[in-house]
Amino acid sequence: MNSVVSQAEPPKKSFLYDPKVRAAFYQILLVVVVTYLFYKAATNAIENLQRAKIASGFGFLENTAGFDISQSLIPFSAAGSTYGDAFLVGLLNTLVVAAIGIVFATILGFAIGIARLSTNWMVAKVAMVYVELLRNIPLLLQLLFWYIAVLGPLPQPRNSLEMGGGFFLNSRGLFMPRPIFASDVSAILIALAIGVVGAFVFRHWAKKQQAATGRQYRVGLVTLGLVLGLPILTWIVLALTATNPIGFDPPRKGTFNLQGGMQILPEFVALLIGLTTYTAAFIAEVVRAGILAVSKGQSEAAGSLGLKPGQILRLVVVPQAMRVIVPPLTSQYLNLTKNSSLAVAIGYPDLVQVFMGTVLNQTGQAIEVVVITMGVYLTISLVTSLVMNTYNRRVAIVER
Amino acid sequence: MTTAVDMSHYVRSDKIEALPPPRLTRGPLAWMRENLFSGPVNTILTLVVLYLLYVTIPPVIRFLFTDAVWTGTDRAACREDTVGHPVGACWAFVIEKINFFTYGSYPAPERWRVNIFFLLLAIGVGWLLWLRAPRRDLGAVYFFWVFPVASYILLTGGNVDFGGGFWLTFAIAAVALVGLLVAAAYFLQTSMRTALIIGLGIVAVIGITLAFIEWDFGLLPVPTALWGGILVTLLVATVGIVFSLPFGILLALGRRSKLPILRLASVIFIEFVRGVPLITVLIMANTMLPLFLPPDTGVDRLVRPLVGTAIFASAYMAEVVRGGLQAMPKGQYEGAMSLGLNYPQMMILIILPQALRIVIPGIVNTFIGLFKDTSLVSVVGIFDLIKTIEASRIDPNWAAPTISYTGYAFAALFYFIFCFGMSRYSIGMERRLAAGQKR
Repeated sequence: MNSVVSQAEPPKKSFLYDPKVRAAFYQILLVVVVTYLFYKAATNAIENLQRAKIASGFGFLENTAGFDISQSLIPFSAAGSTYGDAFLVGLLNTLVVAAIGIVFATILGFAIGIARLSTNWMVAKVAMVYVELLRNIPLLLQLLFWYIAVLGPLPQPRNSLEMGGGFFLNSRGLFMPRPIFASDVSAILIALAIGVVGAFVFRHWAKKQQAATGRQYRVGLVTLGLVLGLPILTWIVLALTATNPIGFDPPRKGTFNLQGGMQILPEFVALLIGLTTYTAAFIAEVVRAGILAVSKGQSEAAGSLGLKPGQILRLVVVPQAMRVIVPPLTSQYLNLTKNSSLAVAIGYPDLVQVFMGTVLNQTGQAIEVVVITMGVYLTISLVTSLVMNTYNRRVAIVER
Repeated sequence: MTTAVDMSHYVRSDKIEALPPPRLTRGPLAWMRENLFSGPVNTILTLVVLYLLYVTIPPVIRFLFTDAVWTGTDRAACREDTVGHPVGACWAFVIEKINFFTYGSYPAPERWRVNIFFLLLAIGVGWLLWLRAPRRDLGAVYFFWVFPVASYILLTGGNVDFGGGFWLTFAIAAVALVGLLVAAAYFLQTSMRTALIIGLGIVAVIGITLAFIEWDFGLLPVPTALWGGILVTLLVATVGIVFSLPFGILLALGRRSKLPILRLASVIFIEFVRGVPLITVLIMANTMLPLFLPPDTGVDRLVRPLVGTAIFASAYMAEVVRGGLQAMPKGQYEGAMSLGLNYPQMMILIILPQALRIVIPGIVNTFIGLFKDTSLVSVVGIFDLIKTIEASRIDPNWAAPTISYTGYAFAALFYFIFCFGMSRYSIGMERRLAAGQKR
């Protein structure tokens, strides 16, 4: 029997079946379509702008702003400042509320996340109700609530609530003593820097010592002492020997308003409370998931090695939980930063309110303003995720 | 022998007395001791929490129920000075304004149309979310085609005037499309039938949609400026959902694609939208969309935030779907390819059904976020629920101290019910999907 099968030539297929040709075709098609859309949009925009007689380009940043901003960290005045300055003021205000919000939200979120895992039934349930309630109501509504419903009934400046220690509360916000720094305050800053560097050096040394000899040092205590104690000590020494480097200017009651001091806007407080409590609910869930992700065997094994409960938490559970917690925690931080743009609803002068609101309305240069604002948020997001990816690569478990 | 002697040293010869039984192991008292008062720290915590509850809960209950005013026609019913006792929530205000909160300024005789829209929406959502519902494929067709078209006609009144010669243009375009597909099939030496079916299918879907939109159903046209309240809130959420799923899937496929330009374009779009706050996207849609379109096409004020929301939701949906695609074992792709399926067949028949199934909880969570985010359209001047409350709250006819609180409480309740319901569904789904892994 002849079992040789004649090897037929494969049928000649059209070159259109070549995957490379197809890939090139689809991608060229995409490029053509996108380019066409961009081209149409650009020509339309140019025509529309010319009709509406709106200038284009970034020259408007040099123009005088002509409006006031209620909170600015850098000197700003309606007459003397430009739109560029307004942009900076808005950006700084966004960063300030985001930074403070992140700190508070982290503290509150960790506390609630741990409370949700508490063996105490009542604590766990209350934490759960908090999380469910805050997560399922829009942030905008919460901000409006905090702003209008809580801060609204505060008294007029004339009848400010005196809270002692130079703190006053009224409908214009919280007034408190403003620190005045003398020139030799730099000594304290230098002490702080030395403390931080010293703490790092000690940490490194202690780790090496432990690896070599097994002896443990009180790293936490020494760090605290160096970072906090050293500047405070410097302050006390300076205050006793020379002039006090930090003085306070308390607000005083005037006829209509409070004079001097430092004012915290009610908008700022409402935004901060809203962002903090809202984000804390999300962080709590992140923390809970992270701690639950550490298998029970880990803490049992640590216990059988003779570690005390505190040590188990500190040395075994938390380091492993952090690996799970940090990436979603970062995205919550980013969410908080992005959510701070809701300030526009309650009138806190953040980037969106100042730049996309007032400046956009005054100049009408929508494209430039939107591009700049979005660029800022994009930069923050991308830089953060870049840093996070690096961190993740460092802490990821290396498997073989 | 020696062992017996040795053993007696450490083996007990007499029985130990049994320990007394624990006093309480079940019952409320034992439970309380176990869960509330197991140690000094726990006891203090319990007491602190109890005190906090004592401080917060009674005033809230008093505000919402005990002191609340349920009936009344104007501010006099809700003012302490006229009523004579402390006044909590003024539900009379909500009851009187409920039509405004639900429909906005939608003309009263036409509100049945909005009600039908709500009903259609409920049917569509129920059909898709209930996993054992019959013919869920038809459900998808309903939700992504029939329902949007029907809602559009119902809410606006339909009867759009496309202008003369439109259908001629459409017919030419249709013939051109079918011809193009047939030509492609000819050059590719594949079946003409498939090409014809696809071509005619696309033409039929678009044609039927347009015909219905143009058809005069005798409905009174209602301009979008009159829409408001819960109608707009649900509408924005629905548009976000209806658009974000298909576009999200396409973007996710693009991001996982092997074609570099396609992947790059998807990545840029997704990361760009996810990196900026929704409010900036909305303001962008509001101010820049009219600029980018030809000069005389006025874009409806309601359409602008809808476009913004759809773009925003698509990017987030894409990331969720990508998670599902990545979770698919490689064997599924290889198995599909070894069966000789091409890319669309592989994705539609093998990968996506499984991938979408595992990310249902993620999809629902995205919807929760989207639903909450719809409240932001009020910032760009759209009359959603929040805006209607903001507008009613300052109505001089209802000027009373607790009106703001009442309005916000109502809105909070509304959002909470929807979001909480969705999150319960998502948790239940997660449990169901994890059932296979549980032993």
